[in-house]
Amino acid sequence: MSAMSATSASERPTTTAEPTHGESAQVLRPHAEHAFADELAALAAQDDRPRPARWKLSPWAVATYLLGGTLPDGTVITPKYVGPRRIVEVAVTTLATDRALLLLGVPGTAKTWVSEHLAAAVSGDSTLLVQGTAGTPEEAIRYGWNYAQLLAHGPSRDALVPSPVMRAMAEGMTARVEELTRIPADVQDTLITILSEKTLPVPELGQEVQAVRGFNLIATANDRDRGVNDLSSALRRRFNTVVLPLPESAEAEVGIVTRRVEQLGRSLDLPPAPDGIEEIRRVVTVFRELRDGITADGRTKLKSPSGTLSTAEAISVVTNGLALSAHFGDGVLRPGDVAAGILGAVVRDPAADRVVWQEYLETVVREREGWTDFYRACREVSA
Amino acid sequence: MNDTRWPKAYDSGPLLLGVRHHGPGSARAVRTALDAARPAVVLIEGPSEADALIPLAADPDLRPPVALLAHALDDPGRSAFWPFAEFSPEWVAIRWALEHGVPAHFIDLPAAHTLAWKESADEKEEKEKETPAGAGAGAGAGAGAGAADEPLGSEEQVRVDPLAVLAEAAGYDDPERWWEDVVEHRGPGERDPFAPFAALAEAMDALRERYGAGGHARDLVREAHMRLRLRAAGKEFGDEVAVVCGAWHVPALRARTTVAADRTLLKGLPRVRTDLTWVPWTHRRLARSSGYGAGIDSPGWYGHLFHAPDRPVERWLTEVARLLREEDRIVSCAHVIEAVRLAETLAVLRGRPLPGLSETTDAVRAVFGDGSDVPLALVHDRLVVGDVLGEVPESAPAVPLQRDLTRQQRSLRLRPEALERELELDLRGDTDAGRSRLLHRLRLLGVGWGEPARSRGSTGTFRETWRLRWEPELSVRVAEAGVWGTTVLAAAQARAEADATAAGSLADVTALAEQCLLAGLPDALPLVMRVLADRAALDADVGHLAQALPALVRSLRYGDVRGTDTGALAGVAAGLAERIFVGLPPACAALDGDAAQEMRGHVDAVHTAVGLLAETPAGAGVRGAPGTGAGAKEPAGAEAGDGAGAKGAAVSGAGSGDLRDRWRAVLRALSSRDSMPGVLRGRAVRLLLDDGALRSEEAARLMGLALSPGTPPADAAAWIEGFVGGGGGLLLVHDERLLGLVDGWLTGVPTEAFTDVLPLLRRTFAAYEPGVRRTLGELLRRGPGDTVAGRATQGAVTPGFAAEPDTGRADAVLPVLRLLLGLDGVYDTADDDSLAGVGA
Repeated sequence: MSAMSATSASERPTTTAEPTHGESAQVLRPHAEHAFADELAALAAQDDRPRPARWKLSPWAVATYLLGGTLPDGTVITPKYVGPRRIVEVAVTTLATDRALLLLGVPGTAKTWVSEHLAAAVSGDSTLLVQGTAGTPEEAIRYGWNYAQLLAHGPSRDALVPSPVMRAMAEGMTARVEELTRIPADVQDTLITILSEKTLPVPELGQEVQAVRGFNLIATANDRDRGVNDLSSALRRRFNTVVLPLPESAEAEVGIVTRRVEQLGRSLDLPPAPDGIEEIRRVVTVFRELRDGITADGRTKLKSPSGTLSTAEAISVVTNGLALSAHFGDGVLRPGDVAAGILGAVVRDPAADRVVWQEYLETVVREREGWTDFYRACREVSA
Repeated sequence: MNDTRWPKAYDSGPLLLGVRHHGPGSARAVRTALDAARPAVVLIEGPSEADALIPLAADPDLRPPVALLAHALDDPGRSAFWPFAEFSPEWVAIRWALEHGVPAHFIDLPAAHTLAWKESADEKEEKEKETPAGAGAGAGAGAGAGAADEPLGSEEQVRVDPLAVLAEAAGYDDPERWWEDVVEHRGPGERDPFAPFAALAEAMDALRERYGAGGHARDLVREAHMRLRLRAAGKEFGDEVAVVCGAWHVPALRARTTVAADRTLLKGLPRVRTDLTWVPWTHRRLARSSGYGAGIDSPGWYGHLFHAPDRPVERWLTEVARLLREEDRIVSCAHVIEAVRLAETLAVLRGRPLPGLSETTDAVRAVFGDGSDVPLALVHDRLVVGDVLGEVPESAPAVPLQRDLTRQQRSLRLRPEALERELELDLRGDTDAGRSRLLHRLRLLGVGWGEPARSRGSTGTFRETWRLRWEPELSVRVAEAGVWGTTVLAAAQARAEADATAAGSLADVTALAEQCLLAGLPDALPLVMRVLADRAALDADVGHLAQALPALVRSLRYGDVRGTDTGALAGVAAGLAERIFVGLPPACAALDGDAAQEMRGHVDAVHTAVGLLAETPAGAGVRGAPGTGAGAKEPAGAEAGDGAGAKGAAVSGAGSGDLRDRWRAVLRALSSRDSMPGVLRGRAVRLLLDDGALRSEEAARLMGLALSPGTPPADAAAWIEGFVGGGGGLLLVHDERLLGLVDGWLTGVPTEAFTDVLPLLRRTFAAYEPGVRRTLGELLRRGPGDTVAGRATQGAVTPGFAAEPDTGRADAVLPVLRLLLGLDGVYDTADDDSLAGVGA
């Protein structure tokens, strides 16, 4: 086995090989373990709690790394995930109990982000990644062959191309599978043996790769999209599931939207909108109310439309509105600029969603103080 | 008290066991401590009049959760509860005493005083804000009187919560969790059964030193009473006395005060005549969410902790797995194993000694529930809270509800008789109105003493007929209804609110709203209305909404007759109407014949309801307001929105004037859309025409459109049915142009299509009065020429009138005139035969 791990190590993509500071400044987006190398080092230095085998940090320190905090020596750990503490604790504990972790959530709830940082904190390496698509083959999860080698020398360890999962097993690292539910069901099921027996047989060589302690797997999946391949119950039961929620408070969501809109606006070279916050708050309020099926004051229940209405969509509505106001308006984000975008996001199903939207307009928006302009704008685009 | 050590139980006088009410860990510790100390008497914190009821606890038919209920004799609505679960330390102490043949006494201040206090507090409070003096308030205050660590009610915010202070000092944000970690999960110490109590007493000492009575001013009086009782017991039994009380009181009970000082504190307390009994309680009522301040979130979990002999987490998760399997969720043993591991590791990560409820819940969510909260809700409802219902033996004293009922029966002179009899009530009289309310309330409570019967004579809203019959089993029903409250009013109200929350369909809730008005339960209405508004918001079927609206509007008008404040009702009705307006047009498209007929009924019902809604006094008052003119609809609506917080009546008022206009807009949309079934389009035009919202020329134009040759005959016939069906014959009689259109269309229907439309037409016209049918036939008999002529001249003259007087037609009126004027005998029946066939 040890020979095999050596082989796999040599075949690693060179991009991850210890970039210096100069190099990491040039890549568009450095990996978590490089971007937050200082914090990880500080945590490791001061972490005196027991660490599971091959973990770089103790579970407690991993949770601190994700949730943020201040270390005894004054090092400030920035929060990577803003959300319920419970979720991070359950996720870290799952990994510590040697169970695979499945992160579920609607698009834009930081599933990939959390999985990357978990892998970085636990194993110090977030690159053992399988991107799930409808075309993901079995080889991406088990192993493939270097056909030139195979033809020249016959089946041998040298001809074997291990998958990220296989490498993680051999080295006791954390593997990541993105968008698990997009992978065809028969390919998904190759994970069952890996997760329950912790072994990956290579019948061609009459050998197997057994997972070393420290191996674990984090999968992410989207629970709102239709037409995905649902996990078989056999596979499902190998995972502990954690659902990442949408932002809990309106203020938090407004903050996220504002920050992202600013970043996007800068990269699109849009002029900054002076009074945008008012409309952003309105968009977020509309999205949250329809999504939750209840008004912000908790007094009136509402029907929910079929769309997701995630934070990511709110961001795109606002960005779109900004572009409209910059190019065709007076540069100030006005109700009219976002109304059409909101309508498009809410009314996905022309019949049912339209009723939902109209009801919302007539029973909530019409009577809300200070929303008269918005009501008019929505009436105009809805008509 | 720092010199206190516990080498032996009674070294420092009586054994004081400070507990947390409903704490399973405390309960176990109390049992162990009592077993070790073997006291000669057990004193328990609780109203001292209840001593007589203690022996009942040995009755096998008395099964916890139960509560001691104290109520004022002459006012059963004033009451207080002391709930006991199986895992309550007080209950454990009672049972221990009974099992060991040791006397047990309640030592707290008599309920006679606490209820009298409550009265003065209620009076004070009523001046500031309205509070229902029902069971809820009673229980809150009662539990407050009996507990040291109950959650603080709104009026108690200023008081110190001793546990919260200790938990905060230990770095916990949740006092419950702190208590669990420090006390409950530790279990009784194996070496020294008294150690936990000593440690807790020390902590409480420090707290009492710092905070004194902590804002619980009445505690001082209660503690004085407890000390007196404790001294009396000491005289009788020496030091072998054990006291089970809230931990908060321990330092006070040990304080050295003089008898005289304690007596002074107790002097001159107000008192009322009270009675006590055991009543059955439920886990749900122990839970905080049901509004009773008894103090625990998770009685089921506590019960489990108390009963589980060992490995509580494993047993709990197995229990959860069994529940989920019963609900057809696949949960294997492997799941349970993983859940236990996750819960235990989580507890380690969070630095807790044992997994608590939050760890097991997280584990259930992640392992059993696929991260979803849906199975968790089930687990919470069935296990964490639990469905446990207590029982009380029949030998327990009568519940106050029965007493209240008897009182009301006497004052309303309505005696329960086994013989069935009918009772006519005239609601304008006070006595009869009171009787009606009582019977309606009892019906709500499931005590079917009276059944409403159809009034024989008039059907006016001020008359009611009841069929009365008292059967012996109704007494049992009354006893059962005792859980809902101590008076008929309070119980009916609590029941109505519970029913509203549990109601299945929108129509059920509307019916309940009507019942609330009939039973005179205005205080239950806000909640019922809230549920109704929620249901309406989530109900996607316009049919359901349309069915609910008329009943609601009826209630509204009925409420007006009775002078009930129906502001909230009007607001909900307006909201419901609004939803119907939005949902109706899409719901009407693409319906088949039967569905369209049904929808037509809904449209008619909504039309009437909207009319009534706009006519209710609340609406009429504001209809004349300047804002509601035709040009200013939107501002009026906006104003209504702004004022929504203030006055429901104002909302409905501004809303209803506006409402009618918007309903007309909906009808216009219905009438002009081709995708609508003919019958609905015709109906919409007709309703608009009747309302005067559509000029008859416009109606004729629409009819012409609907009946034009391009329309399929069946569709056109349906249009006609919608338009002139249901008493529309006179319309055709009086507007000859419309009649001409119908006539022209009918003659143009192709032969092969005629048989298809005939049943529809027959259905429409056969419903007319014979007189109308005859007149129509007579009009048509004059032949198409006349009609065409009428159509040709229609621009010049009033519609329906020819340019020249028609003497032949004028003569046709004469027979009727003769009949009306009583000129018998000269009645000319010559034409009758020839017209008789028209209708057939």
